[in-house]
Amino acid sequence: MNFDLTWMAWTWPTAAFFGTILLLLCGMAAWEYASPGGNPRVGVLRFETTRGDRLFLSLLGSAFIHLAWLGLVGSNLWWALALSVVYAIGVFRYV
Amino acid sequence: MEKTWNNKAWFLVLPVLVLVAFSAVIPLMTVVNYSVQDTFGNNVFFWAGTEWFEELLSSSRFWEAMVRNLIFSFIILAIEVPLGIFIALNMPKKGWGVPVCLVLMALPLLIPWNVVGTIWQVFGRNDIGLLGYYVNALGIDYNYVQDPFDAWVTVIIMDVWHWTSLVVLLCYAGLVSIPDAFYQAAKIDGASRWAVFRYIQLPKMNRVLLIAVLLRFMDSFMIYTEPFVVTGGGPGNSTTFLSIDLVKTALGQFDLGPAAAMSLVYFLIVLLLSWVFYTVMTNYDAER
Repeated sequence: MNFDLTWMAWTWPTAAFFGTILLLLCGMAAWEYASPGGNPRVGVLRFETTRGDRLFLSLLGSAFIHLAWLGLVGSNLWWALALSVVYAIGVFRYV
Repeated sequence: MEKTWNNKAWFLVLPVLVLVAFSAVIPLMTVVNYSVQDTFGNNVFFWAGTEWFEELLSSSRFWEAMVRNLIFSFIILAIEVPLGIFIALNMPKKGWGVPVCLVLMALPLLIPWNVVGTIWQVFGRNDIGLLGYYVNALGIDYNYVQDPFDAWVTVIIMDVWHWTSLVVLLCYAGLVSIPDAFYQAAKIDGASRWAVFRYIQLPKMNRVLLIAVLLRFMDSFMIYTEPFVVTGGGPGNSTTFLSIDLVKTALGQFDLGPAAAMSLVYFLIVLLLSWVFYTVMTNYDAER
């Protein structure tokens, strides 16, 4: 069998991006194993969310933060990344 | 009795995971890889970083297509959902009329999308089309090839004709699942027709309506084949929706990098709006 993946046009930055997502999912699985049930609660959005919902909101929000930064500020995304981390902490703490 | 934990059940999900990986995850990963590179063919790529995203976000062509798409989806939902509910409420619930209505409603859904486009492309023509010819004979100046408003009207009527049936069938499924006892109780209470609809039928249809709204929103937001066959995105760019613009960029111009960046932004917007729809409607349902 030929496992040539050059057609997928991999680069180190995109591999690191997907590796981070995979690590996050593994971390969430380990968290769920250690504390089953998903920790459902009602936060500032006034509806019940589990920690899986919070991760989804964090990732989706981070994607839009990066896009907004690119569109409004410029191509240096380190500040957008920092803002996304702060946003994700906020989501996990208050949503 | 203590619950037995058996993680072997996870293996039952494995076939679905493999299927989703090959049909969605791997292609999506490839699109992400393309979105930060440029290529001139031969599977040779050059790093471009965030250039395509910056270009896309400052492109008026992209935002105009996005606004057109949002307006189209809004109009489609505003027409198809109430019309679908209305038809479902008036469909027979017993007797020979049920299978006849169900078959009639299912017919548009069985026609392939490109055939629907071809039907309406011919139907709307001024010279040989039944609709175009007689509308003009009535003194209304209708020409979907030259007039952007007529092109929009044609595309919207075509979509309503093609997809309202889906809303009807889903609502009808919700309606027939309501036990007779609910209607009997309403009759005893002297409830009006509106009260029966508002407090019995609509809440019972809520879940199927959620599915209908989500499906129709996502389908209309990703619409490609029918408007492409009827108008080709014209006249001018008046019916160029996001997917048509995307295909022009990816296949017409072979700009895989910009097309991949556009696909990702498009995907994120669909994901966000679907999540908003789903959350709003499920929470409304839970509050009830």
